Amino acid sequence: MLESNQLLRFTTAGSVDDGKSTLIGRLLYDSKSIFEDQLASVEATSKRRGHEGIDLALFTDGLKDEREQGITIDVAYRYFTTPKRKFIIADTPGHIQYTRNMVTGASTANAALILIDSRHGVIEQTKRHAFIASLLQIPHMIVCINKMDLVDYSEDTYNKIVAHFEEFSSKLDIKDVRFIPISALNGDNVVNRSKNMDWYQGSPLLHTLETLHISSDINKIDARFSVQTVLRPQSEGFLDYRGYAGRISSGIYRVGDEVTVLPSGFSSKITSINAGEIEIQEAFAPMSVSMTLNDDIDISRGDMIVKPNNQPVMIQEFDVMLCWLHDQSAKPRAKYTIRHTSNEKKALIKEVVYQIDIDTYARNTENKELTMNAIARVTLKTTRPLMLDSYRDNRMTGSIILIDENTLETVAAGMVV
Amino acid sequence: MQKFYLNYLDELESEAIFILREVAAQFQNPVLLFSGGKDSIVLTHLAKKAFYPAKMPFALMHVDTGHNFPETINFRDQLVSAFGVNLIVASVQQSIDTGRVTEERGKNATRNALQTTTLLDAIEANKVDCAIGGGRRDEEKARAKERFFSHRDDFGQWNPKNQRPELWNLLNGKCFDGEHFRAFPISNWTEMDVWNYILRENIQIPSLYFAHEREVVWRNDSWIPISDYLKLEPDETIQKKKIRFRTLGDITITGGIESDADTLEKIVDEVATMRQTERGNRADDKRGDTAMEDRKKQGYF
Repeated sequence: MLESNQLLRFTTAGSVDDGKSTLIGRLLYDSKSIFEDQLASVEATSKRRGHEGIDLALFTDGLKDEREQGITIDVAYRYFTTPKRKFIIADTPGHIQYTRNMVTGASTANAALILIDSRHGVIEQTKRHAFIASLLQIPHMIVCINKMDLVDYSEDTYNKIVAHFEEFSSKLDIKDVRFIPISALNGDNVVNRSKNMDWYQGSPLLHTLETLHISSDINKIDARFSVQTVLRPQSEGFLDYRGYAGRISSGIYRVGDEVTVLPSGFSSKITSINAGEIEIQEAFAPMSVSMTLNDDIDISRGDMIVKPNNQPVMIQEFDVMLCWLHDQSAKPRAKYTIRHTSNEKKALIKEVVYQIDIDTYARNTENKELTMNAIARVTLKTTRPLMLDSYRDNRMTGSIILIDENTLETVAAGMVV
Repeated sequence: MQKFYLNYLDELESEAIFILREVAAQFQNPVLLFSGGKDSIVLTHLAKKAFYPAKMPFALMHVDTGHNFPETINFRDQLVSAFGVNLIVASVQQSIDTGRVTEERGKNATRNALQTTTLLDAIEANKVDCAIGGGRRDEEKARAKERFFSHRDDFGQWNPKNQRPELWNLLNGKCFDGEHFRAFPISNWTEMDVWNYILRENIQIPSLYFAHEREVVWRNDSWIPISDYLKLEPDETIQKKKIRFRTLGDITITGGIESDADTLEKIVDEVATMRQTERGNRADDKRGDTAMEDRKKQGYF
């Protein structure tokens, strides 16, 4: 495998019966990621259920509880590799708990795969999925118009669906969207080019996934490094060593760089950067490294090392787009623990500014109750200032979660406006 | 000019190191579950990198079924002394002797299921709040939905319907007394990734993974090694074969495959062309379609 092969993470979203499981099964099967014993097990089940041939959807069949209910409960992760890239699929269910699961899958994705059944065109769920992909700022969107075999591979049908999608999505914040007519069941334009749709000039799905430009997906401009833990070996040769360990959120750091430590505001210089045992001169996001500084400054977990001329805002009251993820609704003025990078403080929801109806994209300023799957713009107030960037600029330093202090559960996820 | 993106192995490594450091920062008394298998060996290698030049801040915990490959135990002891870490051995034999569990009987009896009780007892006795494991999501469908930080209730049980959502890089490891977490830093690695990483980093692994001559019997569609614990059936004959193991578990249930792969390069080539899943040779996973899911709910690794 080539030294430069990258990792691409994508989510799949679709409603029940639009062929999402079949598409994933097709990708796994045609990229030869299915083992013989898995194939044998699926063949046996297909036969038992009276299918002709193999039911590709069974490759993504999940837990016993789910099979009994015929639905997918949770995000499931699938893996496949081609000679060009490694892929991680976050397979999210299309039913009622869609928001919670889609948001989870979307948070780390490079690309969103949205499925549309060509017989039904754009439906409410399509709009929801596109909205969440835009809200979570997934850099690339691929709209697969599926089941083309059932509409006689009609170019006209395809064009109408594309036009409809373009129309409603013009309201959204999507940077890169492409459309592919496919039949997951028959394999048209999934791995191999379809012989049934000469009118389609673009790439099949797999080739698109293999060639998406993703190395610019991570912000390399604004240097942000949150300290996870401080390494103090106190062993011979390292008596005064204090290494600040963490994963670079964004930007590039070099030995000799002038840096500012937040929240204290003290300045220093980077004296060394380590990747494991190896000393390096330069490090960039998303590398896990440890750094030492020239001056003896008190730095602990949650502090941020940045560049003097490019700093996040330090703020105690700010607005986020909040997704409520728990079946216990938000309590008015209740205190939550807020996690931002490796930093943890207390926070309260000061105000619900508006909620968004994700089917119509309309804002509702009347309904103040945040229930499971709600998406709302809210004002948060924290006990101490956080070092924030807007989520649009920086997914890693513009995101937060809220943790309920009584149940210790993660109840909400937010994106700094 | 230098490139400013990571290749997939570097990105997986960076993610795993991030998670190991989160465990160290968020928990009071974490341990690293060490089986002597390749996945837990990769974990210790990653932990060494994550905390260099400091020592890794975890003890190793080995759940010892008593039915080990002697090679595994030697390897474990060498690694422990080379790394200078503490080793906690949780013994299944002791659980049997004290009546906590009862040995299975019959032809395919194993101590696999008994490990769960031993593990949970050791977690409680050592006040462990996080046990780091080498589980990977590609291994089995019940693992495909596992979190990096997987919450276990005060009975040590996994509830697939009530796992915390994990967004971005924000991991919530808060729990009440008596509860604990399992952490899986190499969740996103596949078997192929693990082997490619072992090759790239030139990580030492037990000789059992390399092709070698061994006395075996054909049982449950794989070559089961002869050992003091194996009861031969009348129709079984001992044969000498050149085999290697793809995974390492109990000596009584871990089947080998016929192979000539006696170097890391050859193993990587062989794994790349394998047509069976690696757990296909583990009798513990052949006990029905939901064997792993059922064991996980009970508190298995």
